[in-house]
Amino acid sequence: MKVTGIAALMIAGYLFAQHAAAEAKPVLTVYTYDSFASEWGPGPAVEKAFEAECGCDLQYVAPGDAGALLSRVLLEGKDTRADVVLGLDTNLTAQAEASGLFAAHGLTGTVLDLPVAWDNPVFVPFDWGYFAFVYDKTKLTTPPATFEALAASDLKIAIQDPRSSSPGLGLLMWVKAAYGDHAGEIWAALADNIVTVTPGWSEAYGLFLSGEADMVLSYTTSPAYHIFAEKDDTKAAAAFDEGHYLQIEVAAKVAGTDQPALADDFLRFMTSPAFQSIIPETNWMYPAVALEGGLPAEFAGLVTPEKALLLPADEAAKMREAATEEWRAALSK
Amino acid sequence: MLTFEQLALAQEGFRLEADFSLSPGGITAIIGPSGAGKSTLLSAIAGFFPPASGRILWEGQDLAPLAPGARPVSILFQDQNLFPHLTIADNLGLGLRADLRLSGGERTKVAQALDRVGLSGLGDRKPGTLSGGQQSRAALARALLRARPLLLLDEPFAALGPALKAEMLDLVAEIAGETGTTVLMVSHDPADARRIAGQTILVAEGRTNPPEDTATLFAAPPAALASYLGT
Amino acid sequence: MARGAFEIVPRWPGAFALGLVMALVLGAFGAVLARAGALSGVTTADWAAARFTVMQAVLSALLSAGLAVPVARALARRRFPGRHLVIVALGAPFILPVIVAVMGLLTIFGRAGWLNAGLALLGLPKVSLYGLDGILLAHVFLNLPFAVRLLLNGWASVPAERFRLATALDFGPREVWRHVERPMLRAVLPGVTLAIFLVCLTSFTVILVMGGGPRATTLELAIYQAFRLEFDLGHAAALASLQMALSLAAAGLSLAVARPAAFGAGLGRVADRWDRTGRRLQIFDVTLLAATGLFIATPMIAVLASGLPWIAELPGSVWIAAGRTVIIALAAALIAVSLALATGLLITSLSARPARLLDAVVMLAMTASPLVIGTGLFLILRTFTDPIALALPVVTLVNAVMAMPFCLRVILPGLAALRTDYDRLSASLGVTGLDWIRLVALPRLRRPLAFASGLAAALSAGDLGVVALFADPGQATLPMQVYALAGAYRTDQAAGAAILLVLIAFGLFRLFDRLGDRDADL
Repeated sequence: MKVTGIAALMIAGYLFAQHAAAEAKPVLTVYTYDSFASEWGPGPAVEKAFEAECGCDLQYVAPGDAGALLSRVLLEGKDTRADVVLGLDTNLTAQAEASGLFAAHGLTGTVLDLPVAWDNPVFVPFDWGYFAFVYDKTKLTTPPATFEALAASDLKIAIQDPRSSSPGLGLLMWVKAAYGDHAGEIWAALADNIVTVTPGWSEAYGLFLSGEADMVLSYTTSPAYHIFAEKDDTKAAAAFDEGHYLQIEVAAKVAGTDQPALADDFLRFMTSPAFQSIIPETNWMYPAVALEGGLPAEFAGLVTPEKALLLPADEAAKMREAATEEWRAALSK
Repeated sequence: MLTFEQLALAQEGFRLEADFSLSPGGITAIIGPSGAGKSTLLSAIAGFFPPASGRILWEGQDLAPLAPGARPVSILFQDQNLFPHLTIADNLGLGLRADLRLSGGERTKVAQALDRVGLSGLGDRKPGTLSGGQQSRAALARALLRARPLLLLDEPFAALGPALKAEMLDLVAEIAGETGTTVLMVSHDPADARRIAGQTILVAEGRTNPPEDTATLFAAPPAALASYLGT
Repeated sequence: MARGAFEIVPRWPGAFALGLVMALVLGAFGAVLARAGALSGVTTADWAAARFTVMQAVLSALLSAGLAVPVARALARRRFPGRHLVIVALGAPFILPVIVAVMGLLTIFGRAGWLNAGLALLGLPKVSLYGLDGILLAHVFLNLPFAVRLLLNGWASVPAERFRLATALDFGPREVWRHVERPMLRAVLPGVTLAIFLVCLTSFTVILVMGGGPRATTLELAIYQAFRLEFDLGHAAALASLQMALSLAAAGLSLAVARPAAFGAGLGRVADRWDRTGRRLQIFDVTLLAATGLFIATPMIAVLASGLPWIAELPGSVWIAAGRTVIIALAAALIAVSLALATGLLITSLSARPARLLDAVVMLAMTASPLVIGTGLFLILRTFTDPIALALPVVTLVNAVMAMPFCLRVILPGLAALRTDYDRLSASLGVTGLDWIRLVALPRLRRPLAFASGLAAALSAGDLGVVALFADPGQATLPMQVYALAGAYRTDQAAGAAILLVLIAFGLFRLFDRLGDRDADL
């Protein structure tokens, strides 16, 4: 590697640290989560595609994961700079909606391709996926098909903490949706299977890849990445008979935006093929609108759950505290 | 003229008073038992020890508002008279300019001062590479460069052998004579006083006695001095 | 020594530095509180978290410091080829980005690690380290080497004459311990223990990843939850004050026992020792040093080996982020050391009691929750500007303030000695103010200042806590890129970027350390 090249890049990093000088174009500020905006997420391609048709400058602000995103918006309140907030999931939307910071999207005629009906007037879905336990087919030939089977096995799993991570919260809701009042018993039975509980998705996934856990809480779509990028088809998601909890990722227009028209345009663009076709191979989730050419090839062999579970947003918000406490108590014994 | 005007120095369990004047020029020894306050008196003149009451004046000017570096005083301590990380030339240069940004002329002066104390050519050395006697000479050379009318010696030569110490005292006397500097030197050793000090101040029992002729004083020592000298 | 009669440097820069640190820590806290309106109550779960937080921090500190004593003792009385290298390497784990350290440890001690592979070969059952054991293992790994380095300075501070006297009195190792080493440790050890306690009090990633589940819930996680999930700022502020109260109590306790340790920069020059004969003692020391070396080195080598091949394949944006990180680290180091020097000058100009008090107050900055500071600052800044546009300067400043207490610990002992020895000479020559800084302080304190700079640069390079709150994707730093890569399934590249981060942190640390060593006249 050329040392001078590296040095030049490093200096460039500093010189161009600040935003490019404000152009005359109107600016649409989209608050999103970090991995959406990152170079390896859908962000850059989305920005390019939207800017090509809007005559505007799309800027991302990414204060962290989805939890940090909502927390930032709530912290800023009415005078937030955000025009659009993109990347909340249904476990967070009730709280977001209650804040009164978001406006109705007013979109009509969009044909969504979700496993459940969607009629929320404020939040527009842009992608979705099923939570699932991912395993390595070469090491585990018959994966468990229920939580109970998992609990009865001596398999080790890595999960995320519902207090700091949205997949973690998703798993909490999954068990709750599948087992209701018996969720506590399931957690107690799972306790000896849990290797550890990580702060975020990436730490848990890293532990799984390095062999620390036999299974990791992720998505049914995760194996597609390995097939696509690494030509590795050893990873698979275990299908659970209870059904799989859905994560629906949504966006909404901020009520106090100074670019209402641009924000509306963006939400419309978000449900268009130009945006939707970017999602599968960058966010590794299912697009919210059916793609004309179908899904990329690596999605073909993925597990498709028989049954989709999803707690309504307000119900999820109401039971979150009690469910977290139930989880904590069961795993603390 | 150095004047102590109803001066009182106080610290926990210690008090020293002085109230007299010292005529300019000449070398005065300060002698007395350990802990009597000889060094404290020099500290007060140099500005390190604020008096409890009274004033110290030089040529009628109160020294109290002056910072140590601004007083008409050079002082040599028992040790740590030179910065170990600076060369001898730089250590001397500090006597001319505290920011050490020396002009060519000032550099020449430094070299001349080194010549005067017999350290020619050693300007580039660090203090650690010099002998104790050479270090003393360097400190004295810096006092020479500072050219303040008052030179305070707080036993800077105590660690030197007898011959070397005598040599240094003679050098002090020579330089003081040439420049008309008033010298105040603390000493344990009556021989030091006899060697170069025309007059001697006895510090004992909380009092600083006015200067007396050294020979006279030692010929008929008062009780406090007699007990210190063990005679 | 009583000062006040004369002044070498004015006190206002120190007062300003202290004010800045306090304003940042307390101001940010106040901003969160003001936005919340009032402190919310602390729940039973919070108290349980507080108990666990203190318990793990106490155990981590006692274990790390306790184990460091025999290791430092062995290192202090042995000379062997590569000893200097060992001492330099001791600086490494402390400045490792935490997630890298954890991954390294898991490579060795994890379920699929070398240890369990070895046990399996011998037909022995697997050991699992997740839980309190794992937390302690990781904290000892991170802090033991640092403690050893601090304690070595304690040994170096024992005058060689003391050991000569011990030999003249025919002391054996036991008597040397009782009459020479134990009194020194009594002065040094409480401060070292306190520092580790404070570092572990706000530990986050280690506790979550190694903790194995919600039994290991700490205050820092509770704060996280209050901000992110409950959006209850009052609760977050209440938890943050509880955390600060705990650290202050610990600081008070430790200051009552002894003065904080000198985080000196010395490389442990060995006094001539005559008390190290004896075959058994030698075997003990060698075994201990070898075991410690293995414990420290293998995880680092493992993580290096796994990430190194990927460095060459890192995309340009990672290198750009690396550049940004280097610049932030250098700027933060400069600010941190300036703040520490100014504060140190103020502290050394005070009499013992207020000096100790200020010393304790500075420790506050060491334990402030990054999330609280970041959020509070964000709230303050956005009242008059766009915080995101100021991201890099703000992150630099916050990193500097967080690193400042460490820098102060490093330079304070040398500074105090310098002032005792040379203040009168400086004052009598009128070498004061900036002249004094330039001509006396900087050259004389070169070693500790360089060590402090290296420490601050390395700590800032690895920071993720504050930067993530401010920076936007166009201003990513290297730690952010590590997480971005890991979050996009690119685990291998993330490992490569993490190693790049390690190399940068350690490189900066070494660079400064070397600058300090170069023809230093000590």
